[in-house]
Amino acid sequence: MILQLNGEQVYYGTGSGHWKKDAKSIVFVHGAGFDHSIWVMPARYFARHGFNVIALDLPGHGQSSGALLTSIDAMADWVAQVIGAVADDANAKATVIGHSMGSLIAMNMAGRHKATVKQIALLGTSAPMSVTNLLLDAAKDNHHAAIDMTNTWSHSQRSIMGSSDNPGVSNIHAGERWLERAGESVLYTDLAACNAFDAAELPSVECPALVITGGDDKMTPAQAGIAVAQMLPNAHVANLPSCGHSMLTEQPNQVLDALSGFILS
Amino acid sequence: MSDGEHRGPKGLGFDTLSLHAGQVPDPTTGARATPIYQSAAFVFPDSDVAVGLFNLERAGHVYSRLSNPTNAVLEERMAALDHGVGSIVTASGQAAIHLAITTLLSAGDHIVASRSLYGGTHNLFQYTLSRFGISTTFVDPRDFDAFTQAIQPNTKVIFGEVLGNPGLEVLDIPQLSKLAHDHGLPLMIDATFVTPYLCRPIDLGADIVVHSATKFLSGHGVVVGGVVVDGGTFDWRGKEKFPTLSQPYEGFHDLVFAEEFGPLAFITRARREGIRDFGACMAPMTAFQILQGLETLPLRMQRHVANALEVAKYLEGHDMVESVSYPGLESHPDYALAQTMLPKGAGAVFSFELKGGRAAGRTFIESLDIFSHLANVGDAKSLVIHPASTTHHRMDEASLLASGIGPGLVRLSIGLEDPVDLIADLKKGLRGVEKSLRKPS
Repeated sequence: MILQLNGEQVYYGTGSGHWKKDAKSIVFVHGAGFDHSIWVMPARYFARHGFNVIALDLPGHGQSSGALLTSIDAMADWVAQVIGAVADDANAKATVIGHSMGSLIAMNMAGRHKATVKQIALLGTSAPMSVTNLLLDAAKDNHHAAIDMTNTWSHSQRSIMGSSDNPGVSNIHAGERWLERAGESVLYTDLAACNAFDAAELPSVECPALVITGGDDKMTPAQAGIAVAQMLPNAHVANLPSCGHSMLTEQPNQVLDALSGFILS
Repeated sequence: MSDGEHRGPKGLGFDTLSLHAGQVPDPTTGARATPIYQSAAFVFPDSDVAVGLFNLERAGHVYSRLSNPTNAVLEERMAALDHGVGSIVTASGQAAIHLAITTLLSAGDHIVASRSLYGGTHNLFQYTLSRFGISTTFVDPRDFDAFTQAIQPNTKVIFGEVLGNPGLEVLDIPQLSKLAHDHGLPLMIDATFVTPYLCRPIDLGADIVVHSATKFLSGHGVVVGGVVVDGGTFDWRGKEKFPTLSQPYEGFHDLVFAEEFGPLAFITRARREGIRDFGACMAPMTAFQILQGLETLPLRMQRHVANALEVAKYLEGHDMVESVSYPGLESHPDYALAQTMLPKGAGAVFSFELKGGRAAGRTFIESLDIFSHLANVGDAKSLVIHPASTTHHRMDEASLLASGIGPGLVRLSIGLEDPVDLIADLKKGLRGVEKSLRKPS
């Protein structure tokens, strides 16, 4: 779906669903360098289960136009604005689910846009979310090594070898293509925003939260995700053993089970 | 992306991927080899999961026409070896081409193809697809102006083989990729003769790769199969030219594949429509047997190309041979391109023109003992065929000559035998030709 907001195009996937005025809404926010299509399976699941799905392309990502946003604050403000615009209701409320950088946006929204956020699910998260200079420098130069680092470190050893749950799909090469689709400076801008995120500056988060961790996550190790859950007053953790940071492609069914358990209950 | 000094982690090597990609030891039984899942269908744990599998919300297997765990190992391994986002294995190489073409094209659409193609592909494009409203213009694979001029408003894909059949023209994939992309078209490449060990077309700019897995990928010549590999490189989003990917699909509740699946759009549509509806799937036993071959692909290809070069050099120096067409020889017009595109070797299939024409060809083939006379390539055993009377027999004389097939042209597929024995066998055949030419007519 395409929406015009502040003179720019906002693209969001609906999981093949149709907007229903009285239905609950779920917003999916992608990670650094990605777009909405990484959420295809949960988007389709929750659309079928009657939710309004808004799987966003952040500005300058996928099919959304506009300048890249350079801070998690700005991204959170933008997502909150989009929720109101899609629902045509400034008081609209949604569950916000984010992966990696998207988890920081969800967390930020839960603190700074309390009226908009019903609950949050944080996949592959940590706070702070430090990014090594090696990766930042390569990304700043738009060098393919930045994609190689991000992609390789985002997959568990098992996933690098293969044995995808999704028949016939090479997750490691799919991840590479997703990142290659991002425009110039996208990955760097996103990673820099993650690196600068400071959870200590956030107002307290009060809504229910689910933190999904991957046992083999090298980007945001499971311990870091557990630490985030401990910062939140009403959070519980679902750990996916042997799963890397790219949990949406590595263990899509387990992610879906964790999300559906949290949201449908 | 720039080419500066940054260094990222390297992926697993080709040899490692040939053995391991797509498979870990079976978590239930500990089986190290890939199990053969000889099951037509797979049990749903509950109704919601069943709906989820059909609705593309969950990963998993439903019915072996759509996917099968043994086939999935081969598919993932081929995707890994070819640097694609995913692949689908099919009942044959022809089924792979058909699946790839029909995923993109409909009645009224058009293909621009190299004219140096496997005879079966030529038949499919020239005669069979045209019955269903898909037309093809064939062009000289070395003539890029001809490719450009052949493109029509309804052209949907450019197609070629890495090594032309049977002339062994080396297709300049980087240049053709640029031409295709400049015209908003994907490039589809048949890489059967080279396998990903010698050439990864996706790395060179191709978007979709097809293989006959019957050939070098298997190596044993005991099964028939094909593979479609999606590079995930072509962005179909918003392109009205490709409605099967960019427009709602009524056959799947108005799903728009390019919107929902990102770089996996093509391979997902191919599985959810083409394999589902045309049904040219691979049997799991076949996938298992191809996997056995793939495990030794790097070792075999090294020997194949070494033997081929030695045999080609021998033939090039023989008095009874008019010419040898092998891109690994400096005499081949595409030698320099082959050195760049195929640095590990120019394949193990090549052709040569015998002095004495059609009769000499027959005499030669019938004098051989080690080379088997049959319609296949890429076996571990050396093979020989006379294209004008077999694989290309449906082409008229003009089409044959346009495809570089002379009356005395013989095609060899060099196997893994001792090269000394292969050369001795060919020597015997050439001696037979020499004798027959000396006989008074």
